[in-house]
Amino acid sequence: MMLALELFRSIPRYAAARTLGSRMPGLLVGPMAPVRLVTRDEPSVRHDGWARVRPLLSGICGSDLGVVTGSTSLYFSALVSMPFVPGHEVVGELLDDATDHAGVPLPRGTRVVVDPVLACAARGLAPCPSCTSGRTNLCDHVTVGHLSPGLQTGFCRDTGGGWGEQLVAHSSQLHAVPDDLSDERAVLVEPIACAVQLARRAQVPSGGSVLVSGAGAVGLFATLALRELTDAGRITVIAKHGRQADLARSFGATDVASPDEAMRAVRRATRALRVAPAPLPGPAARVVGGAGEMLLGGVDVAVDAVGSTGSLDTVLRSTRAGGRVVLSGMPAAADLSPAWFRELEVAGTYASSGDAFDVAMGLARLAPLEGVVGGRYPLHRWREALDHAHSAGRLGTVKVCFDVRSRA
Amino acid sequence: MSRPGFVLEVDDRTPPLVVHEGEGFRLETFPRGTRVIYPPESLPGIRDVDGAIRRALLEPTNSEPLPVLLTAGMRLTIAFDDISLPLPPMVKPDIRQRIIEQVLTMAAAAGVDDVEIISANALHRRLTAAELKDIVGERVFRSFFPQGALYNHDAEDPDGMLFIGETDRGEVVEINKRAAESDLLVYVNVNLVAMDGGHKSVPIGLAGYKSLRHHHNSHTMVNSRSFMDHTKSAMHHSAWRMGKLLADHLKIFTIETTLNNDVFPDSYGFLMKREWEWGVRDQASMLAARRGLAIAPKSVRHKLYQGMRAPYGLTGINAGETEAVHELTVAKVHQQQMVEVQGQSDVLVMGVPYVGPYNVNSTMNPILATCMGLGYYFNSYRGQPVVRKGGAVILYHPVEPDFNQLHHPSYVDFFEEVLSTSTDPAVIEAKFEQQYATDPWYVHLYRTSHAYHGVHPFYMWYWAAHAMDHVGDVVWVGADRKAVERMGFRAASSLQDALEMVSGTVGRSPSITYLHNPPHLIADVR
Repeated sequence: MMLALELFRSIPRYAAARTLGSRMPGLLVGPMAPVRLVTRDEPSVRHDGWARVRPLLSGICGSDLGVVTGSTSLYFSALVSMPFVPGHEVVGELLDDATDHAGVPLPRGTRVVVDPVLACAARGLAPCPSCTSGRTNLCDHVTVGHLSPGLQTGFCRDTGGGWGEQLVAHSSQLHAVPDDLSDERAVLVEPIACAVQLARRAQVPSGGSVLVSGAGAVGLFATLALRELTDAGRITVIAKHGRQADLARSFGATDVASPDEAMRAVRRATRALRVAPAPLPGPAARVVGGAGEMLLGGVDVAVDAVGSTGSLDTVLRSTRAGGRVVLSGMPAAADLSPAWFRELEVAGTYASSGDAFDVAMGLARLAPLEGVVGGRYPLHRWREALDHAHSAGRLGTVKVCFDVRSRA
Repeated sequence: MSRPGFVLEVDDRTPPLVVHEGEGFRLETFPRGTRVIYPPESLPGIRDVDGAIRRALLEPTNSEPLPVLLTAGMRLTIAFDDISLPLPPMVKPDIRQRIIEQVLTMAAAAGVDDVEIISANALHRRLTAAELKDIVGERVFRSFFPQGALYNHDAEDPDGMLFIGETDRGEVVEINKRAAESDLLVYVNVNLVAMDGGHKSVPIGLAGYKSLRHHHNSHTMVNSRSFMDHTKSAMHHSAWRMGKLLADHLKIFTIETTLNNDVFPDSYGFLMKREWEWGVRDQASMLAARRGLAIAPKSVRHKLYQGMRAPYGLTGINAGETEAVHELTVAKVHQQQMVEVQGQSDVLVMGVPYVGPYNVNSTMNPILATCMGLGYYFNSYRGQPVVRKGGAVILYHPVEPDFNQLHHPSYVDFFEEVLSTSTDPAVIEAKFEQQYATDPWYVHLYRTSHAYHGVHPFYMWYWAAHAMDHVGDVVWVGADRKAVERMGFRAASSLQDALEMVSGTVGRSPSITYLHNPPHLIADVR
């Protein structure tokens, strides 16, 4: 038996999360959360290639919080299997002998990070077209095979997740952690790999200008990857809080602007023209809302690393005609008029594929990541952990983790 | 008989003295021994203003009378100083209105049909129709504005500027095409301070960035000693070279006017008096003003101050050839504003008032407050600065980071982007000026809205370059700490704290001079 946090199906709690999650997130780490700390059987998959992993540190990702607070789109409901143990940013220790994604033997006790995507190989299926082309993150078979539906470890009831004392991972998911990489850095490899994927999807032209909207973990790692892996020129990061701004600069941002200054900063950097619609008369404005300002001209590439309507509006309205908008956060509803009018290329970026984990491992070793893991909690203090993660930006924290070994 | 300015030495009997600080004032107790420079009292205004204007036009200096220069079929352009002068704006009728009306009367009598009137706003914001009307008056406005014959100069109109040539120093002279192609350009000045007018009018007021960059730069500003003496101002030297070149290509009839020191309306008359001479009425007005301002919301204070109109009296009007006219003008301005001061001091204290040239009907943002204090007031000297080299300047102003988005859009970016990178005028100039000057959005707003040109905040910063180069310490009393720190200065909550803060630079018993203006004064430092 093991201790784990479990996300379970509860219509009342889901409804409460959906209704109140954005307004009173504090409620959701209390009695209304669709999460519970349970003692349950260790997960097992009785097929070849699977090994047990004991998580050491497991990060709390924005997508995890989205599920807890009910803000995740129902689109994903068919891609998960309840109840599941969340946690897909994991550094752990092998409890069995195994091989890694490339077939290299890994003895028991090896520290590993887990590529969470549960693609054809993990499901015992012949590769789908996406997996054949190496784009395992786009696997078409994430609901079939010998696993329950689940787009990733941490969303599938069979595999367990990082928020429990044990999970199982397929060899295709395993990446050995070098000895000189600390647990605190290793737990960041998965989100950095997503940023590597993002940098590749961004297709930044040489010297091109980039806007990164958001300076949470996603935005900061995106900035890092864009600076290290592309020929981007000026990278402007929209950061809400002081520490985020400092980190953005140390990760390679050319300049940092607050959300209310973002449009102004981008306009200045790109010498665009700013257009603001004439304000509606008072009562009409209250009913219809403000149309907001936009740029004619703007950055070559804009990255939404928040997923909110405001952030999406900002990136869509500040990208030059024919430019590229990359959706990295789980997107909310937004006005897509600029995509049509400015012929924008809107590209999603999800998880990672190819050698992204290897590249991320290199970045995790060299990047100035000291202090990025700003909160470590044992599983039984999960309410505090989630509360901290909710307010991470304001509290000057980038990443909050569960220290699964800890009982303190 | 108005009394000359003088220097008071604070002693035990000296009452607290008025110090302006934005849209308000305080009564400050200065340390014993502080020198306080008071401007001369107002010279009497000319009673028959229209007669004086007529005489100036008919009996000009080094020029034929204006009616002789006006001929039927000619192309006549009248340009006038924009809303940046005088400060505060004057009660109606504006002196420019009175002059323009007489010039137009003479032109009509001579059969001149082709007349256009231009606000010489250089890279300043376009005036609104109402502001134009305030300056030229209802009659002129109605006759010319609807036909498009009364308008703002547009320095970014590619078809509206004419390259005249280059000076022997390679300075580009390019001015308003209509003015340059006129048979006669009449320029109407309001010479509020000694640096206004002369060849600073046409080559600057009707020019654009290509010309202005030659003298509005950090090097020129640092090397001007001072702006109030055009013979020792590198900026004026450049303007004079341009003016001489222009004079070879264009017939210019210069009209310059000087004003007395009546800068406040009657209800604020106590602000123009020496504090120990306040009568009961003055005391009552002061108390009412202080209490009223203390409880008034910010918007009400702003409206109250911006609505203030100065009952200026005209002290002189001269017309004719630019340089000859200007010498007479400068002498008159000096008569009204010059105060002899013996030697420099360690600390210079100045109160920055609510209005400067670029926030009429607008907001004095931190850049403009700096320009007003370290630019215009600091440079209001002749001979040598009031404060010694390496001394300290203490300024009073709230320095709130409020920006008028309509008038000062590039200022916001300058404050946020440029000043966070560097506050060194030379560095800023090299790294950012060109970008801002050619930014298409700023150009668009300058041409079509009411925004100062993109490069304008740079010029404001350069105005302060001489002071920043000269003094070792700048502290703002009562200012927003973050805003002044962004500009590379420090903030204090009281004069005592400020003196404590600058003691590292000037010691614990510094000599202090307080420049008691407005009204305007020039310290003639011997």
